[in-house]
Amino acid sequence: MSTANTKKFEPLQHHFANLNQQYECASLGMWLFLVTEILFFGGIFLAYTIYREMYPDAFAAGSHHLSILLGCINTAVLISSSFTMVMAVHTARLGKKHATTWFLLLTLILGCVFLGIKAVEYTEKFTHHLVPNNTFHFEGFDGPGIRIFYSIYFALTGLHALHMVIGAVILVIIMIQNMQGRFSAEYNSPIDMFGLYWHFVDIVWIFLFPLLYLLGRHA
Amino acid sequence: MESKKNYLTNGHTVGSWLLTIDHKRIGILYLLSVTAFFMLGGFFALLLRLELLTPRGDLFTSDIYNRIFTMHGVAMVFFFMIPAIPAAIGNFVLPIMVGAKDLAFPRINLLSWYLYIIGAALAFVSIVMGGVDTGWTFYTPYSSTYSTSAVTSAALGVFIAGFSSILTGLNFIVTVHKMRAPGMTWFRLPLFVWAHYATSLIMILGTPVIAVTVLLVFLERAFGFGFFDPRLGGDPVLFQHLFWFYSHPAVYIMILPSMGVISELVAAFTKKRPFGYEFIAGSSLAIALLGFFVWGHHMFVSSQSMYAGIVFSIITFLVGVPSAVKIFNWLATFYKGSITFETPMIYVLGFFGLFMVGGLTGLFLAIMAIDVHVHDTYFVVAHFHYIMVGGTVMGYLGGLHYWWPKMSGKMYNEALGRIAAIGIFLGFNLTFFPQFIAGYLGMPRRYHIYAEEFQIFNILSTGGAMVLGLSFIIPIFNMLWSLKFGKDAPANPWNAKGLEWTIPSPPTTHNFETTPIVTEEAYAYAPHDKGGH
Ligand SMILES: [Cu+2]
Repeated sequence: MSTANTKKFEPLQHHFANLNQQYECASLGMWLFLVTEILFFGGIFLAYTIYREMYPDAFAAGSHHLSILLGCINTAVLISSSFTMVMAVHTARLGKKHATTWFLLLTLILGCVFLGIKAVEYTEKFTHHLVPNNTFHFEGFDGPGIRIFYSIYFALTGLHALHMVIGAVILVIIMIQNMQGRFSAEYNSPIDMFGLYWHFVDIVWIFLFPLLYLLGRHA
Repeated sequence: MESKKNYLTNGHTVGSWLLTIDHKRIGILYLLSVTAFFMLGGFFALLLRLELLTPRGDLFTSDIYNRIFTMHGVAMVFFFMIPAIPAAIGNFVLPIMVGAKDLAFPRINLLSWYLYIIGAALAFVSIVMGGVDTGWTFYTPYSSTYSTSAVTSAALGVFIAGFSSILTGLNFIVTVHKMRAPGMTWFRLPLFVWAHYATSLIMILGTPVIAVTVLLVFLERAFGFGFFDPRLGGDPVLFQHLFWFYSHPAVYIMILPSMGVISELVAAFTKKRPFGYEFIAGSSLAIALLGFFVWGHHMFVSSQSMYAGIVFSIITFLVGVPSAVKIFNWLATFYKGSITFETPMIYVLGFFGLFMVGGLTGLFLAIMAIDVHVHDTYFVVAHFHYIMVGGTVMGYLGGLHYWWPKMSGKMYNEALGRIAAIGIFLGFNLTFFPQFIAGYLGMPRRYHIYAEEFQIFNILSTGGAMVLGLSFIIPIFNMLWSLKFGKDAPANPWNAKGLEWTIPSPPTTHNFETTPIVTEEAYAYAPHDKGGH
């Protein structure tokens, strides 16, 4: 998509018979990519499952220390951003260029709000020595597993945040492309495909939030 | 003007190669890079065999020896065998076989090569920094708590090369689903394509798991996350589970494409439709599926419960079924075939011999009681070399000779090709068969100082390695020779069936002038075979 074109942008690539075939390829490719993402996150989810089973008390103590309020706000922010993303895809299919730009912008803003709140949470962890390195120190629970909890917390939320950052960068790119008039009612698959990615990242959070913040809180 | 040129002459600048999105050129880029790593890995193997000539440590310290066998494994597994057939040969012929102008995502295909190169460069950096001493398996805590070597850059290299593998697999799956020419139904696909489809499934389902595993090791090393560190509550065995969840299926990433090649070669040099086409196709998928449920057979002695061990043992035995289905079907194809013995066919016969020894000794190892006895001995080393070299490399070289006229437009020297194929078969057996015996008698792997009684086996093995090494040089020489002096290749030098033989050698950039319309099955050889079954 990024080849420098002095000519008018030609949506159909040379090796496809028609736009429909190109769309079907992109769509299947994106879904397969998301499958690989599930397995990628799956490795850490497996570690979570095993260590939670091994150290239930440490995990309960660790999750008590996470801010349920910030977690809830972030969940709401992300779900809203998925809604605005759906609207962007919808308006793009109708060929409403300006509406699409606005919805993409809203999605971007919500994504950044999420990352901002996440940064606040991370800062709090740093000041309280809850980052799993040599200065790690946790008040109120002594025993193995508490550092593992925070390792998993940072691995999962960090990887998720990285996906959000990558998503935000791509959002900016397709927003600019949209403003340049590259997409139309006939050709808008990049927005469509990005939507799939964005929803996936959203769903990962929907799993992360209860697993890290909620489960075992009342144990 | 473009139509007069073939893909090799369409652009001569370095940029026209490094920025190409033509699947054939990317295949050639991969071919050159994996050959470089094959030679690097072979060089390390040579050092190992020289050291093992005597029971004492003559050439290296234990520490250096550890690094050499690790780098041999890393170079060969991650940078040669995994990409060799799919990314080099598959990239070249798979789109043509399905009747497409290119893979579904040509730019992603190029990206995958660059990721491979970045990964390879990082692995190379770690060699220059003194190498890695963990073994190619990167087991924790060797790779985390106790490592003093350049693990980080090597692991990062494997991590990045993994994504190149994922992208190749993804590209193949989408291409097979969505880019087939009109009339190219699923059961008209060449068996090579079926094998690569199954391989691609493993690539996209397994590789992300090794990627995240390596990432966790990295986090542990860099920041002190405690996933695999018992002092912090972690469990090093979790690493083994995650590692083998990918790395056992990875064996099938190496062997399935080779089986795909063998299917093509058997058909082409018996001039028959492979017997039981549907079963060969299905057995590829069965191997891919079963391969995900056997990883525990690497952990029979790693604190795994006996009952889990029994289950893993049984499923491992099941893998033998689809493998045998393939072997028996290929053999049945020979019946009443018009068999000729060109170089690729010699490799096919070599494959049969070596793969069967490798496969059957794999069943020995699947039996827990025997595994406890031969675990971590040269028996295991011999077994997986019979599978990987005997399986993968024989298929790779056979396929390379078979499609070389298509790739280069030149014929290699047939006599030289046959000599090399026979030399590799003999040299290989001389190298690795003694290792079965040494291992069974108790010689442990990964030591460079060993008991005197094993020396005779090691001398045989080192002698065989010399024959093997010299024989491997011949195809490289033969291919280079053919570029300058070889006869021009006709479009179909083997009188074989398949869309790739209907277009010129070498093909034009877009493969087909007009999209082909397929009206017959994959191996529609002469009529007298039609009534064969
Ligand atoms: Cu295995």
